[in-house]
Amino acid sequence: MLTPLKRIIKFGWQNLTRNGGSVTATCFIMVLTISLATSLFLLDLSSKFVISKIEEKADISVYFKSDVQEEEILKVKDEISKFSSEVKSIEYVSKETALDQFTKRYEENPLIVESLKALGFNPLLASLNIRAADPGNYEKIASFLETSSFSDLIDHQNYLKTKGVIERIFSLTSRTNQAGFILSIIVAILAVLVTFNTIRLAIYNRREEISIQRLVGASNWFIRGPFIVQGIFAGIFSAIISLLITVGVCYFLSPKIEILFSGLNVWRYLISNFFTIILIQLITGIGLGIISSAIAVRKYLKV
Amino acid sequence: MINFQNIAKTFPPSQPGSQPTAALEDVSFEVKEKEFISIVGRSGAGKTTLLRLLLAEEKPTQGRIFFDGQDVHKIKKSKLPNFRRRIGTVFQDYKLLPSKTAYENVAYAMEVIGKSDAEISRDVPVVLNIVGLTDRANNFPQELSGGEKQRVAIARALIHRPEVILADEPTGNLDPYHALDIIRLLQKINEIGTTVILATHNKEIINNLGKRVITLEGGKIIRDEKRGRFIL
Repeated sequence: MLTPLKRIIKFGWQNLTRNGGSVTATCFIMVLTISLATSLFLLDLSSKFVISKIEEKADISVYFKSDVQEEEILKVKDEISKFSSEVKSIEYVSKETALDQFTKRYEENPLIVESLKALGFNPLLASLNIRAADPGNYEKIASFLETSSFSDLIDHQNYLKTKGVIERIFSLTSRTNQAGFILSIIVAILAVLVTFNTIRLAIYNRREEISIQRLVGASNWFIRGPFIVQGIFAGIFSAIISLLITVGVCYFLSPKIEILFSGLNVWRYLISNFFTIILIQLITGIGLGIISSAIAVRKYLKV
Repeated sequence: MINFQNIAKTFPPSQPGSQPTAALEDVSFEVKEKEFISIVGRSGAGKTTLLRLLLAEEKPTQGRIFFDGQDVHKIKKSKLPNFRRRIGTVFQDYKLLPSKTAYENVAYAMEVIGKSDAEISRDVPVVLNIVGLTDRANNFPQELSGGEKQRVAIARALIHRPEVILADEPTGNLDPYHALDIIRLLQKINEIGTTVILATHNKEIINNLGKRVITLEGGKIIRDEKRGRFIL
């Protein structure tokens, strides 16, 4: 049992080392495919990151009338947090804090600060900043605030203003995910077709050899095996080359990407997902190799 | 042991409109165990077709071929390798594996039937020495001359000690000296009990053998003599 297996592996390795031209072509296509799979994985991670960053910035601010007392506002805060798990966090901003933040923001514009001082009182309103766990929930929270018992305490809320932005983020998120998914499927199909055809051509060139092996009395598996082993080896090689390319590209592009999308460090992503990426590349490579050579050899075994 | 019964083989026309080619017509003969039989005839007489039919590489248009009582063309595809291992074939066009060296080509016939590595490294050098190719063992077929390729093919056909050896023009590319060696080798193998079927158009060899000769002409057997001579 072991001897034939050993021989099949030996023949597969010989096939690989003695047919440089066609193997290079196969590996080249495989590297393209594997790199595509890897970049789709990295792209998915990055888009999730960017979206979550934008989502974090979205919120609803509820401004209370100037005569509403702090205790009452805190009570409302408790009400809202009890409302549902959809609320991620609520932050209370008192009139004084709001004033501090305002003066700090306009530090460099003395005219505004001066005119505020000239006013003689604090015109800013106390507010609650509400963040939802999911951008789709802002609508619900907004309507809850409008219909609740404490709606007459509220001066205004900025939901309608941010509504457009929130909705755009929301549709962008789902659309990116959909597009990414469809794109990955199309690319995967194309890649399998191209790899399959390259391997099929390589085997077509050796159909004479296959028929000789049949005439000498080799069993199907003794003929088919080496081709599949060759496919596996080609897959492993391609995965290693792709890994080197991925590491290289991420290392050199990471600083530039970090400038473009603040806080997105592709290099760190790569390192923290290193084993997932190796696994994706090996599985893609070996899978392509096995499937393509198995299908292609079948065709020429009919002697 | 081998029985050809009313074999006919017609190849379909190669171009539309042309006539189909009849390669063999009503060929019947029997080969006994341990027999040495020569099939002679001009090129195109049907010698190679006959051997291809025996190997189940082609199906006859008519008739049946029995090997040890079994209809060769009723052997299941999965059992075909086992059947072919019982026959060692020297092909007219050598049919060597181009990506394997001379040594590996010969070893392949043993690897296919699952011989151990020890047996392979013991037998292959011996057989290569017999056919005079010890020096060329590590060369690929494209680096060998026609005669050398032919001798590799012969070594491969002998190495696993098959019950029958089919030799299709095994001396076609050899000089008289090597040709005689190969025929002597086939005779020796026959003496130790292997059935040999030799297809050739080498008059001298046939006349010196003094064995059974079947003469084919235009796809038909025109002569079948116990101690035949080359007459065309």
